[in-house]
Amino acid sequence: MSTATLEPRVHAQRNYLNDDYGWKSWLFTLDHKRIALLYLVSITFFFVIGGSFAVLMRIHLVEPGGALVQPETYNKLFTLHGIVMIFFFLIPSIPAVLGNFLVPLMVGARDLAFPRLNLLSWYIYIVGGLFTLYSAIAGGVDTGWTFYTPYSSTYSNTQVTAVAIGVFITGFSSILTGLNFIVTIHKMRAPGLTWFRMPLFLWAMYATSIIMVLGTPVLAITIFLLALEHLFHVGIFSPALGGDPLLFQHLFWFYSHPAVYIMILPAMGVVSEIIACFARKRIFGYKIVAFSSVAIAVLGFLVWGHHMFVTGQSVYAGLIFSLLSFLVAIPSAIKVFNWTSTLYKGSISYEAPMLYALGFIGLFTMGGLTGLFLASLATDVHLNGTYFIVAHFHYIMVGGAVMGYLGGIHFWWPKISGRKYPNGWAALAAAIIFIGFNLTFFPQFILGYLGMPRRYAFYPAEFQVLNVMSSAGATVLGVGYLIPLVYLIWSMRYGPIAEPNPWGATGLEWKTSSPPPTENFAEIPVVTEEAYAYAPEEAAGD
Amino acid sequence: MSQPIVSQKTYLLVFLGLVVLTILTTGVAFIDLGPFNTVAALAIAFTKMMLVILFFMGVRHSSGLVRIILVAGFFWLALLIAFTTADYRTRYWTSAPESWSTTAPPTHP
Amino acid sequence: MIETEAQAQHAGLAHQFEDLEQQQDADALGIWIFLVTEIMFFGGLFAAYAIYRWLYFPAFQGGSHILDIRLGAANTIVLLASSLTMALAVRSAQAGHRRSLLLFLAATVILGGIFLGVKAVEYNQKFVEHVVPSLDWAPEGQTLARLTPGGLEHAQIYFFFYFAMTGLHALHMIIGVGLLLWLVLRARKGDFNPHYFAPVEVVGLYWHFVDIVWIFLFPLLYLIGGRY
Repeated sequence: MSTATLEPRVHAQRNYLNDDYGWKSWLFTLDHKRIALLYLVSITFFFVIGGSFAVLMRIHLVEPGGALVQPETYNKLFTLHGIVMIFFFLIPSIPAVLGNFLVPLMVGARDLAFPRLNLLSWYIYIVGGLFTLYSAIAGGVDTGWTFYTPYSSTYSNTQVTAVAIGVFITGFSSILTGLNFIVTIHKMRAPGLTWFRMPLFLWAMYATSIIMVLGTPVLAITIFLLALEHLFHVGIFSPALGGDPLLFQHLFWFYSHPAVYIMILPAMGVVSEIIACFARKRIFGYKIVAFSSVAIAVLGFLVWGHHMFVTGQSVYAGLIFSLLSFLVAIPSAIKVFNWTSTLYKGSISYEAPMLYALGFIGLFTMGGLTGLFLASLATDVHLNGTYFIVAHFHYIMVGGAVMGYLGGIHFWWPKISGRKYPNGWAALAAAIIFIGFNLTFFPQFILGYLGMPRRYAFYPAEFQVLNVMSSAGATVLGVGYLIPLVYLIWSMRYGPIAEPNPWGATGLEWKTSSPPPTENFAEIPVVTEEAYAYAPEEAAGD
Repeated sequence: MSQPIVSQKTYLLVFLGLVVLTILTTGVAFIDLGPFNTVAALAIAFTKMMLVILFFMGVRHSSGLVRIILVAGFFWLALLIAFTTADYRTRYWTSAPESWSTTAPPTHP
Repeated sequence: MIETEAQAQHAGLAHQFEDLEQQQDADALGIWIFLVTEIMFFGGLFAAYAIYRWLYFPAFQGGSHILDIRLGAANTIVLLASSLTMALAVRSAQAGHRRSLLLFLAATVILGGIFLGVKAVEYNQKFVEHVVPSLDWAPEGQTLARLTPGGLEHAQIYFFFYFAMTGLHALHMIIGVGLLLWLVLRARKGDFNPHYFAPVEVVGLYWHFVDIVWIFLFPLLYLIGGRY
């Protein structure tokens, strides 16, 4: 049993939320928990923006000729939807909100290694976001979030430079977060917390941070070169000078493929925590899951060419990338098998976090399996550029990463806010999201297989039924997302007070009060047991 | 960081070594070695880099973790260069099927 | 004046760390990870350079001959000397010699300034010869004769890399000089002692990294053979 001090459950106990008041105490905070909340508010804001673009797109697509906007505007919608959702929502989401909040608590430290860098990374994120918002308001960008040259560098007359600056700046936010996590996990673990006693969420954060640190700089230099080329009308990606547009794609995807693992690994970490807690069982094959996280991070850097199979890239390079893409599926599959084995003969309860985690397993598996069709050269020729790809990555990003994020928010909400949310509404929202999600994106697999191209503002009439289904699903999904926004905010004022450990979970973060004091622990804990030490007879609540 | 204090003489010797290598690499550029000009230039640059890393940056006395991190950084860069170059070098080993190509691929070394 | 270990600890220890050693370990790890991000940042440029040098070697060679090899070599030695003085500065901090710390920091700043000055001269020369892509690209006379064999468009790619790579490097140098000046201010106040000199070490590592980038830039841009 660890020997940390338990805080008494007294309302208005001094904690990080009420320790200090006023806007300065928030905007100049160095407390990782407050910075996590700053991120929570900002990424929610960008999620709403990115989601609004998606809503407009789905409304537009209910008619084959387009129901809402001009094709030029439609191009801007899907571009900004991608940019905002990827760079300003998905990539920061779990690391910047849950990671920032939990990493110091889970390692048993008082803060991250570099609190000022942490605050700086939030400000960098905001500045990058402002540039992007400016580019949207000043006319938008129509290149696709992938900024392929020479259209983006030479021919597009939209706000490419402004958004490139925005993305460039925001990349450094990611780099600093990753740097902070790596140093914290290496150097600030509490006494007794060996690497293999760490919760798998920390392993996931560590693997994610490796990707952030190694990959993001390449995006930065690529976007920098793109901006130079757009501004000065000369550069290395323009065929007029003998430049090769494919070089841009190589450099771009060197980051952007590992980026998808930045988006999914943290969610997998969350799922491990939730499954262990709500099955009251140690994660099956703990070490294998830990190593798989690192394996995904490493292998993920070797597969980027699978985005370029039909671009004129070397067939031999394509072969290698295809083979490696199949290999990178293996550690992900291992994790799914391990979670399933954990559930087997577990004592399962279906609280909201568990609903999200179970949804994740199913939807991520579907997304992952459909990735194999795309990793295979021959089938990719048929499916590339179609809605099959759109469905594939939304199954992973939304069905996977977003559900993991929501599951994590619900799991750690009592710790973060000191309040509990209404379980009934939470379960209902999870169900609505699950149904809405599948209704939105499953038809897109069929549309893609049948040949509907992506990024088109119009489509053949025979595809209308499936498109309308998808748009209907998007409405349901949107409603589903709004519900937690309402009850979580409601709970901060009216929700029942939460105990230090309402779920009866293991992990150092549950050994301190809900919400934690600013310094996290009265005394730095000493760890003497393995991770997920759930005894079979232990009931929920402490 | 509890590292031993290196003598000023050591630093000076390393600097002199770096100067000699700089003069060497400049001189070699005036000699025709064909493709080995590039090899020589990179080898000398690599040596200079190792001198700076080991002595000026103190990696000679640093922990294993720092060394792993350094190696990882260079390894990742090598991956980027290797895989990208592999595409360019093998791109025209096969010509596109007749039905796809409208112009022949440009001639390349 | 800091005399005891306890005072030194109190002076520089941040609240999230248990002791100065943990803080120094964390700082060291932090700067090394940051340097790895810089390896990848410059690395992207080097990767693109490698591709185009292989594709358009004659153009790269021609462009390289426009550069002043003596200035480049001399500047390289200036920068290497600044690395020497930087290493000596860190050593002074480690040994607690405040005066020589200030001396070597100042020397590093001066040498860095000389490097940047020479680069400014070289950039100006490029404008004189009209080989600045987009802004002033109109090579003539002997310059044009040197660039034509490799292809004028491909030569523009070479010069794009020249300016992008040395420009990014120079930007890092300017930031480095700024950091050095900050160190000088802190050293004058007596902030550093043998128990606490992490900022000096961190800036030192950054400075050496920027030097290493130039160690590669010099042969890759100035010494593309064929000067015989």
